[in-house]
Amino acid sequence: MPTLVSHPDEVKVISRRFGQGAADIDKYLELDGYKAVQKAIAQGENMAAWIIDTMKASGLRGRGGAGFPTGMKWSFVPKQSEKPKYVLVNGDESEPGTCKDHVIFLHDPHAVIEGTMIAGLAIGAKMGFIYLRGEYRYLLKIVEKAVADAYARGFLGKNIFGSGLDFDIVTQTGAGAYEVGEESALMESLEGKRGVPRIKPPFPAVVGLYGGPTVINNAETIASAPHILLMGGEAYAKIGSERNGGTRLFGISGHVERPGVYELPMGYNLKKAIYDVAGGIKDGKKLKAVVPGGSSCPVLLPEEIDVGLDFDQMGKAGTMLGSGGIVVLDETVSIVEFALRTIAFYQHESCGWCIPCREGTDWIKKTLTRVYNGGGSKKDVANVQYLAENMMGRTFCPLGDAAAMPTLGFVKKFRKEFEDYIEGHKAGTPIITVEQLVGAH
Amino acid sequence: MSEIANSIFSPATAARFDHLVTLYPVKRSALVPMLLYAQDEVGYVSDAVVTEIAQRLDLMELDVRNVLSYYSMLRTKPAGKYNVQVCTNISCMLRGGYEILDHCKHKLGIGHKEVTADGTFSLEEVECIGACCWAPAMQVNYDFHDNLTTVKVDEIIETYRAGKGKDVK
Repeated sequence: MPTLVSHPDEVKVISRRFGQGAADIDKYLELDGYKAVQKAIAQGENMAAWIIDTMKASGLRGRGGAGFPTGMKWSFVPKQSEKPKYVLVNGDESEPGTCKDHVIFLHDPHAVIEGTMIAGLAIGAKMGFIYLRGEYRYLLKIVEKAVADAYARGFLGKNIFGSGLDFDIVTQTGAGAYEVGEESALMESLEGKRGVPRIKPPFPAVVGLYGGPTVINNAETIASAPHILLMGGEAYAKIGSERNGGTRLFGISGHVERPGVYELPMGYNLKKAIYDVAGGIKDGKKLKAVVPGGSSCPVLLPEEIDVGLDFDQMGKAGTMLGSGGIVVLDETVSIVEFALRTIAFYQHESCGWCIPCREGTDWIKKTLTRVYNGGGSKKDVANVQYLAENMMGRTFCPLGDAAAMPTLGFVKKFRKEFEDYIEGHKAGTPIITVEQLVGAH
Repeated sequence: MSEIANSIFSPATAARFDHLVTLYPVKRSALVPMLLYAQDEVGYVSDAVVTEIAQRLDLMELDVRNVLSYYSMLRTKPAGKYNVQVCTNISCMLRGGYEILDHCKHKLGIGHKEVTADGTFSLEEVECIGACCWAPAMQVNYDFHDNLTTVKVDEIIETYRAGKGKDVK
């Protein structure tokens, strides 16, 4: 069972109820539960506009990785629609290094439910879906119970909180596919198909689930909504940095003394997060590299980590904030092995629909496997870079980029290590079999 | 109630399926959850499961197989009573995920996707299971076990071997 950690620098907004038994509906109500949705309903005719304005003022940007402003996303949904509208909560977090939604579902499932209702009220939807990854089956039971409790209290279903509006929530899990975390693949999966992305446009806000306008948000984004409505958009925005409102759950893993999920203000310094919050590098070793926002984000060198953790500053630093999963590597890690393990994941998870991703990930994996096994030549490094560059921006969904970006980061920043490795392991001296290393199929 | 004759599922699972199809605007949406629940009960997605689920959702068997082959948690062959899934993705790898996997292979005497002779355990190396901050981690059926050491793995496996671990349902 995940253990909770804490640090004085944390600003607890979304994690406010963690560890207090808020999965129980009575406890949740005691801790201001379902007050935000009632506050929204109390706005009367202005309800939808008030919610969207508050969300816009909060500066909240999507916590799934892309960082699109949430209030704006909700405002894109057409007011009039012949087809029913839907809210879809993306709880299919599968990006290596990322385990924040895990903690939300475990400790505060009602916040996700309340957030789903709020999103529904904002866009005029009567139905919401909470979709968890298949591996989180034990969390589904917790969320299902929370939904059932909310129905039993009359919070969900017909005439919610006397508003005259109806709202239903259905929960389910996937069955193991990283690709389903992509929003259009998520819709395909929920419709009972292979989780393969759709061509955009049309965007989900206009043509989404079952052809209806749909808002899709990450679970952390959705769970932030009740807190924002209660504290006010401006107050939430003030916590964060410029153009990056509020706080964020950061999962710090790998070679640190105190790994865990910490809630820090947006813009918090990455170096401080690693050295102060997470206790520094494990066993007093030296830092070698940091993958800052889940495995798809380009790697940072130790001299590059004095940077603020928000979408803009990370972009300027040549990487991404992504899903907030900070993976810390100490001096003992072989970048060749780490890069191979990373690309092996994307090769396994490519849905295979478009060629640059399907073939690109496979060739990079094959080449790096040969290099790792001692059969590489210096030309292989240039080839890997060539392959990754040709995947960038050439796929239907971001998985191709997600595979190419870290690869490019590794070969550009650690080219010498790749070349030294190749020199030091002349052909014909395999260290480990391919099956042993990348057997996860 | 469904008009499909229930031949392979327990009454509870059949009732759950009848309920599932009513939840969604389109019946087919129940497909992935149904396959998982069926697998939990039968142990894997057998041909009979495919046939019955196709009938329940008015789909062709091909549609069901098409989806079945896509998702890594769905299997067409039986696994062990306890399916041990060890994560070796980056965060787990950095904290000894491969050592844990090797230890499990040695301890259980089986390799990736193999089942012990007595059918008690199966072993899989899996991609990220979302336990990065509590690495290294593994799942046995749907239960998470984290902050693993080889000693802890031994204890966990013995617990299941003694029949004291949680079953899949």
